[in-house]
Amino acid sequence: MLEVQGLTCFRQNRCLFADLNFVLSEHQICQIEGPNGAGKSTLLRAILGLFRADEGQIIWSGKSTTQQAELFLQQVFFLGHKFAINSDLTPWQNLEFWSALNPTQNDDFASALTKVGLTGLEHIPCHSLSAGQHRRVALARLWLTNTKLWVLDEPFTAIDKSGVQLLQQRFNSHLTSGGMILLTSHQDLSQEFTQLHTIKLTDNTGEII
Amino acid sequence: MWKWLHPYAKAETTYKLCYRLLPYFSWLAVITLVSGSIWGLFYAPSDYQQGDSFRIIYFHVPTAIWSMGAYTSMAICGLIGIVWQIRNAELAVYAIAPVGAAFTFLALISGAIWGKPMWGAWWVWDARLTSELILLFLYLGVIALYNSFEDKRTAARASSILAIVGVINVPIIHYSVEWWNTLHQGASITKFDKPSISPDMLWPLLLNISGFLFVLAALVCLRLANQILINDARRPWVKAMVSEKTNKAEQSKNRATLADKE
Amino acid sequence: MNNLSTSKPLSYWSAFKSIFIREIKLAWQKPTQLVQPVVFFLIVVTLFPLGISPAPKTLQMIGPGVIWIAAILAIMLVVERLFRQDFQEGTIEAWLLSTVPMSLLVGAKLLAAWFISCSVLVLITPVLALLMNIETHVIPALMLSLMVGTPILLFVGAIGNALTVGLNQGGVLLSLLVLPLYIPVLIFATSLIEAATLNMSYTGQMSILISMLLVSCFFAPVAIAAALKNTVN
Repeated sequence: MLEVQGLTCFRQNRCLFADLNFVLSEHQICQIEGPNGAGKSTLLRAILGLFRADEGQIIWSGKSTTQQAELFLQQVFFLGHKFAINSDLTPWQNLEFWSALNPTQNDDFASALTKVGLTGLEHIPCHSLSAGQHRRVALARLWLTNTKLWVLDEPFTAIDKSGVQLLQQRFNSHLTSGGMILLTSHQDLSQEFTQLHTIKLTDNTGEII
Repeated sequence: MWKWLHPYAKAETTYKLCYRLLPYFSWLAVITLVSGSIWGLFYAPSDYQQGDSFRIIYFHVPTAIWSMGAYTSMAICGLIGIVWQIRNAELAVYAIAPVGAAFTFLALISGAIWGKPMWGAWWVWDARLTSELILLFLYLGVIALYNSFEDKRTAARASSILAIVGVINVPIIHYSVEWWNTLHQGASITKFDKPSISPDMLWPLLLNISGFLFVLAALVCLRLANQILINDARRPWVKAMVSEKTNKAEQSKNRATLADKE
Repeated sequence: MNNLSTSKPLSYWSAFKSIFIREIKLAWQKPTQLVQPVVFFLIVVTLFPLGISPAPKTLQMIGPGVIWIAAILAIMLVVERLFRQDFQEGTIEAWLLSTVPMSLLVGAKLLAAWFISCSVLVLITPVLALLMNIETHVIPALMLSLMVGTPILLFVGAIGNALTVGLNQGGVLLSLLVLPLYIPVLIFATSLIEAATLNMSYTGQMSILISMLLVSCFFAPVAIAAALKNTVN
């Protein structure tokens, strides 16, 4: 279970949000909404520890993430704006190197890449692929990871309709087996997900719905 | 044991402390510097070897000592800031850096002024002067790094890391330059030998050393208070302080106009 | 299909190996980037006889210093690019989020960079020794000093790069930060070569260089990890 307590973030002396509290339990999905620049990505990064928050604590399974970082990071999957795909390597190599650093359930890169529609392109350098295909290589990791908490920053960017459906199916299966998802997106997800919580970031502070 | 320090992790407490200490440091600085300098420049006996030109040591030695001292304290502040996650300590790094750089610059200038009558050249690649020059570069690096970042917290952390890396290098640089100097020594003595100091010469020197320490402390207090204010400009405690002062100013203005009317 | 409890255990050693291999693979794909610092090294050394004097005695006197200064500048080119691509692609963040300690991952990258960049610089030194009229019996000492010294430059330079990789102008600032820190290495390395020229023992300078190398080996990854964590902020 993820607990965010009293999270306050300032960026260049501008307060993005103050004293934010929420809880994310298993089988739950939470969407962070807000206008551009409201601090959605910063919120995600602050939860992960990539951004130094001014105040606040993140509790994972009852332990603070600053004190028990390893316990937390073992259970987290992150897909950010920059999705860590090296354009000089092939999709296969990218997945290979990624799985050496992250807990995965298997080494089945072939089926993961097939799921995202990159069959036949596994061994071509990524700089020859389109931007959307680039993204799909990163998304393929979703079928390899076995972490509990997924933190995703705008996962649906540059993905077509069928891709969006595929992702939503994957999210659902993850949630059913006890996972949790925290994401930012401009998309309307209320149709697909019944247990959807939202956090709206406005100019000054977050409202939780 | 360190519990009494805990309140100072808060910006507001440190800010107030800086302003409380500032008058003490400033007065002590003025008193010690004025008395030390007058004694040293006019009343201390002149040196048997170097005549009156040695008197520059009353400025050169203190500034050189505290240029190194300031760098060390800057690095210690940086270490405290990183290990214990105290923002004030990281801000202190940027508070100390320009003052330390100024001291280093003064040490270089006074060293050059001393060098001219001794060896006839404005600059010699003496071990001490060369080390001071490199120290100046290290200071300028910390200042430049801080100023390159938009977000000042990231900037403060980065310059803290640089200060720590630098301080490990300072003794290494010092000894390697000294050693290099012995390899390439010319015929003349190249070390700034302190003349065998008689008490008449020592006391003004000690006065000036403490004087420059108080100057350093006073300037750092001032700068740290400013940095805290700049970085916390949007926080509630600053806004409260500003409105309190504006209210007070208005009240005294009103009282003044009332008094005028009467 | 999705089993949240089983996973293959994450081994630090295989993570280390994987990063090392990745760096080698990436460098192999871009041979021009390997060669550029070497050519730069060569060109800079060539400038000195042209700018000062090609007299054999002069060259012999300034030779070791010139080669070392050129090596410093060449390493600066290497170091400037070290974390740039990884930072821009988000790989640094991925490393920070891994349970494998960041210092270990950084260490793997530095080790790979050592093999890739420093070795080519050392291999070309006999040619440069020829250009600077350095006697043949000095060449082993010259190469040894570079073998031990260039990794120190690489590691310390990497700290500078880690601090500034997120900034726009990066390059010049990096040199300002890092060049003063190179001075001790320069002093001891050149003195080592001069001692060798005079047929004197240079074990003193060598042991100092080796201890500097060991210290930077152990502390640079830690400093770099802290710097990178700050840069992604």
